[in-house]
Amino acid sequence: MNSRILAAVLLILLAALPFIAQATGQSALLSLASRILIYGMAAASLNFVLGYGGMVSFGHAAFFGIGGYVVGILYHHADTETLFWGFIPGTTQMLITLPAAILVSGAFAAAIGALSLRTGGVQFIMITLAFAQMLFFLFVSLKTYGGEDGIIVRRTNELPFLNTRDRAVMYWVVLAITVAFALGLRRLTKSSFGTVISGIRQNERRMAALGIPAYRYKLFAFILSGMGAGLAGALMVNVLRFASPDMMHWTKSGELMIMVILGGVGTLVGPFLGAAALLSLESVLASWSEHWPLAMGLILLVVVLGTRGGLMALVTRLTGGRK
Amino acid sequence: MILFLEQLLNGLQYGVMLFLLAAGLTLIFGIMGVINLAHGSLYMIGAYAGTLAAMQTGSFWLGVPVALIAAALTGLVMEAVVIRRLYARDHLDQVLATFGLILFFNQSIILLFGRQPMFTQLPDLFSGAVEVIPGLPYPSYRLFIIAVGLLVALGLYLIINRTRIGMLVRAGSTNREMVRALGVDIRLLYTLVFGLGALLAGLAGFLAGPVLAVQVGMGEQILLSTFVVVVIGGVGSIKGAFVAGISLGVIDTMLRAFLPGMLRQVMAGPEADALGVGISSMGIYLLMALVLLVRPKGLFMAGS
Repeated sequence: MNSRILAAVLLILLAALPFIAQATGQSALLSLASRILIYGMAAASLNFVLGYGGMVSFGHAAFFGIGGYVVGILYHHADTETLFWGFIPGTTQMLITLPAAILVSGAFAAAIGALSLRTGGVQFIMITLAFAQMLFFLFVSLKTYGGEDGIIVRRTNELPFLNTRDRAVMYWVVLAITVAFALGLRRLTKSSFGTVISGIRQNERRMAALGIPAYRYKLFAFILSGMGAGLAGALMVNVLRFASPDMMHWTKSGELMIMVILGGVGTLVGPFLGAAALLSLESVLASWSEHWPLAMGLILLVVVLGTRGGLMALVTRLTGGRK
Repeated sequence: MILFLEQLLNGLQYGVMLFLLAAGLTLIFGIMGVINLAHGSLYMIGAYAGTLAAMQTGSFWLGVPVALIAAALTGLVMEAVVIRRLYARDHLDQVLATFGLILFFNQSIILLFGRQPMFTQLPDLFSGAVEVIPGLPYPSYRLFIIAVGLLVALGLYLIINRTRIGMLVRAGSTNREMVRALGVDIRLLYTLVFGLGALLAGLAGFLAGPVLAVQVGMGEQILLSTFVVVVIGGVGSIKGAFVAGISLGVIDTMLRAFLPGMLRQVMAGPEADALGVGISSMGIYLLMALVLLVRPKGLFMAGS
């Protein structure tokens, strides 16, 4: 019961954030909060395969970037009134771009996952990284879409009845999608599918003995996870109004992993907590000194060496084991 | 033909560089089971320490021991303070902790020496060019790098296959638990292996100085390729690191040198160049994906 009240209070606070930001004159707060929610979604998607499924993907930024590029490329074609591959017209309607981003990143996840899941362990880490790097270099070399410089999306995607160019409105859109995403993810992890995925992580051979086709389940989880990351990427491009290959650089995959580990592997709230901690720490430290990575590196070390289970474990311990 | 030979030598030199880094990394990976992202930092520290010493004293050769000692010392401290606590943890914690180390080392270097890249003078002995075959003058320094790399490979081969420590290293990368169960002081072995890996990384960093710029982030540039080498060669296998390192070095260099030209024959100039660079950067990753799909444990997995 307690956690429900906590969640409700948090939600009200988050919904009121644009007003709080305006009242206190902290306009940067809003963009920070948007980024936290979006990275939280990407990290939570990664956590679904990593924490629940035990598949350590070091290439999830690829799906994040693909989702972003779908928005960017559709905008580019709408802007220049050209056709993608000669028959797909561009669009700036969010009701089209977001589902398109989810579908395309899901398709990429299906292809990459189908190949990668034939390996395991360290090799899985490296092969997912390899595919992500291939996509990264592919987009760097696509001169039509800006190459290394990426695509500047001058106008945020439109929604009917809403003025998404207003940053507060966009923030609410992101918040609403995040809440829906989190609720969906919770259902998913508690469903029989989620249980099977957890079971495969704990003992794949036993699950196989129970007659469960592990490969197919893992692949399906990987696709769902890629879709989630793609959605986050599409939203990110809408908030930043910019899509670039940097979104799929391997350090971005690393950052997502750090958020998951920092927050707590295999927990629902952990990745969001990790994203919040990492991004706020980054902005606080960056405002103090340009040498903030020094402190950040040390903090990461202390967190890894000093705590097990990330921030969620800390929270659980502080609240006396209640969840 | 002459251009081809020149690029082949360039590829060999890059491959030798990759081998120097990958040899240490594959041992650390295979024996200690630690994914050490900060291996590139040791490479960077070796480069900075050696280059500074060379600049201060005016002698390239004095830079060599300084680079080796600095990298090895940093490696030993790193092992004692951080890595030792990570042996029993899963790969995730190792990735996170060593990523923290990268941030720490990179920023410390910026704090101490700034962001400006440094360039080393070539040693007098190797400042000229050698005519490898008639009509192809080739910088003798690059030949020197190749020679050093091959010597190190030979030395490692002898240590691994002919000495008692080498025997323990081989045993460790095949079955860590069994070595410990037989009463070998595995912690000492770990420290030794880590120190050796750091030493080789420092050597590679210093040798790279005159060819590439000594700058912050140089470690991460080469780190990913090194990991690719380790995985393709098979975790824990020096032989694999050598074969994969040299082949990847040559393939990568060849693709970069000749692919844009080939593409230019079928499409417009600037686009062909961009696509050529993109595809040749993808090359080694494509190769890794293919190798892993055919041989999921790499070419020469130890103990398989």
